[in-house]
Amino acid sequence: MAAPLRLKPLSRVAVSGGTHGNEMSGIYLAKHWLRDPRELQRSSFTITPFLSNLRAIEKCVRYVGQDLNRSFTTEFLSSVKAENEPYELNLAREINQTYGPKGSAQAFDFMFDLHNTTANMGTCLIVDSEENLLSMHMCHYIQTHYRLSPCPIYLYKSPDEEPYTIYSVAKAGLALELGPQAQGVVRADLFAQMRALIACGLDFIELFNKGTVFPAFEIEVYKFTGIVDYPRYPDGEISAMVHPKLQDKDFHPLNPGDPIFQTFSGEEVLYEGNVTIYPAFINEAAYYEKQIAFVKLEKHIFSIPSLQRE
Amino acid sequence: MTSCYVVHEAPVRRVAIFGGTHGNELSGVFLVKHWQENGAEIQRTSLEVKPFITNPRAVKKCTRYIDCDLNRVFDSDNLGMQVMDNIPYEVRRAQEINHIFGPKDSDDAYDLIFDLHNTTSNMGGTLILENSRNNFIIQMFHYIKNALTPNSCPVFLIEHPNLKYATTRSIAKHPIGVEVGPQPQGVLRADILDKMRKIIKHGLDFVHIFNEGKEFPPCTIEVYKIMEKVDFPRNKNDEITAVIHPSLQDQDWQPLNNGDPIFLTIDGETITYEGDSTVYPTFVNEAAYYEKKQAFVKTVKIKLTAKGIRSSFS
Repeated sequence: MAAPLRLKPLSRVAVSGGTHGNEMSGIYLAKHWLRDPRELQRSSFTITPFLSNLRAIEKCVRYVGQDLNRSFTTEFLSSVKAENEPYELNLAREINQTYGPKGSAQAFDFMFDLHNTTANMGTCLIVDSEENLLSMHMCHYIQTHYRLSPCPIYLYKSPDEEPYTIYSVAKAGLALELGPQAQGVVRADLFAQMRALIACGLDFIELFNKGTVFPAFEIEVYKFTGIVDYPRYPDGEISAMVHPKLQDKDFHPLNPGDPIFQTFSGEEVLYEGNVTIYPAFINEAAYYEKQIAFVKLEKHIFSIPSLQRE
Repeated sequence: MTSCYVVHEAPVRRVAIFGGTHGNELSGVFLVKHWQENGAEIQRTSLEVKPFITNPRAVKKCTRYIDCDLNRVFDSDNLGMQVMDNIPYEVRRAQEINHIFGPKDSDDAYDLIFDLHNTTSNMGGTLILENSRNNFIIQMFHYIKNALTPNSCPVFLIEHPNLKYATTRSIAKHPIGVEVGPQPQGVLRADILDKMRKIIKHGLDFVHIFNEGKEFPPCTIEVYKIMEKVDFPRNKNDEITAVIHPSLQDQDWQPLNNGDPIFLTIDGETITYEGDSTVYPTFVNEAAYYEKKQAFVKTVKIKLTAKGIRSSFS
């Protein structure tokens, strides 16, 4: 059994809405909390809601110049301001100044980031890797206390990749990915789910700060292993759609030989991998341009040591 | 033979299928592109069918429009606007489309245009009718509805003194809107594409059978007639303060009665529908209508009867 983990209490927590300007649950929540933050407040830490990409929110688009949530690498954050650079590059530096700097002692202790997807991912929790033990404990707490739907845990980071998301400027973080919801639409059901998940995450921090001992546990997670692009014509245009049998089946097992695409003439394209995988982000609108039809995940079980305040 | 109830209608020889009038409604975009490469399934011997992408720049950017909504500018002001440098892209494009498929209200105009749309609302496969007295289209919709049974195929009548808008398809003698949902913008779903494809198949079959001389007896269909648009509740800064209530979300075409919930405020308060009569909401929570200040549209159910029809030359 791994040694118990002891961490300093968290004093500054942030929650970002509108990192993508057309994912409406977080935008409406953050706007509401900026007007009236009472429901976020707990006694042992401060919480700062903010709208991260105002220009994209204004235009109801994912981003203006480049994807903000891919802009928090050291390379981007340390770049020198240039005249024709994408809007989000400077925005990332500003956010890093306010809530980071990334990797420094002054950085915020924790950041939540609120997202929606057009894929049927339910109430998904996204963490960079299982090495982030505080976030893993929060996910476990949410899974055991938020009972309305299962909360699959998605670990997005490849082993030698640097974290690039907005919450990587804080010392730890968690993204909520709720779907299905069309871009530009706010649905009452997902709005309520996201609100309840944040309340649950904040309760966890409060308990941790007050000295609660969180015992060790084993937890099932889905870990990113790769992507699958759409079949395409030579000119780059997609030549097939996600197969009806795969559509909406995020986190369901996909076996070699299962259909994954259907061409416009009705032919099936089958999955040719060697092992069972678990697809997610199936038919996400924003990923057509990233050449991703779905991501491939592997199921793992990790042992997480107990956690207590220092 | 009840020939005294039968009117003779001109044959329908020139048909266009429009996709990409809104560039992020992908079923029509991909069907039309597919048919441009491989059109066998839309060919019928008695007519010519031209698949056409109406807003290629919006399609390329995967956005509804570039400067303004193409599906609102086919009125005489915009179609007659002098071409200058600062003319909105879609107005220029509307004039080009009118030149190819119109001119609107002239004898040279195309006989029939199907315009393919998607919505984020749960409207199923909906047919849109612009004119309650168009015998030919009502007969076609009757045929399509029967062919699709037991699946439902609602008909939405947008005839209204203020609410009717100048659609792209309106340049044809017989304008037909096809609206299939729910599908997010920028997403292509196989099930939604299939619904749209079947509607077009049966629509073209009808035109062909009509051209071949079949007589269609008088018929009656149920349609939902547009009555009023309903906006979201807003504060003094014009920001939305309540969302579509969970019990109205996804309930397009279902009866809404006095006292039924329609909105839920951020603070959890329910706002109910107040009205004397039952209405049938549609376009519930359509993404593109937030900027048009429209949360849903109220319709009423009415019946339309078409005279019997027969092609004037067979």
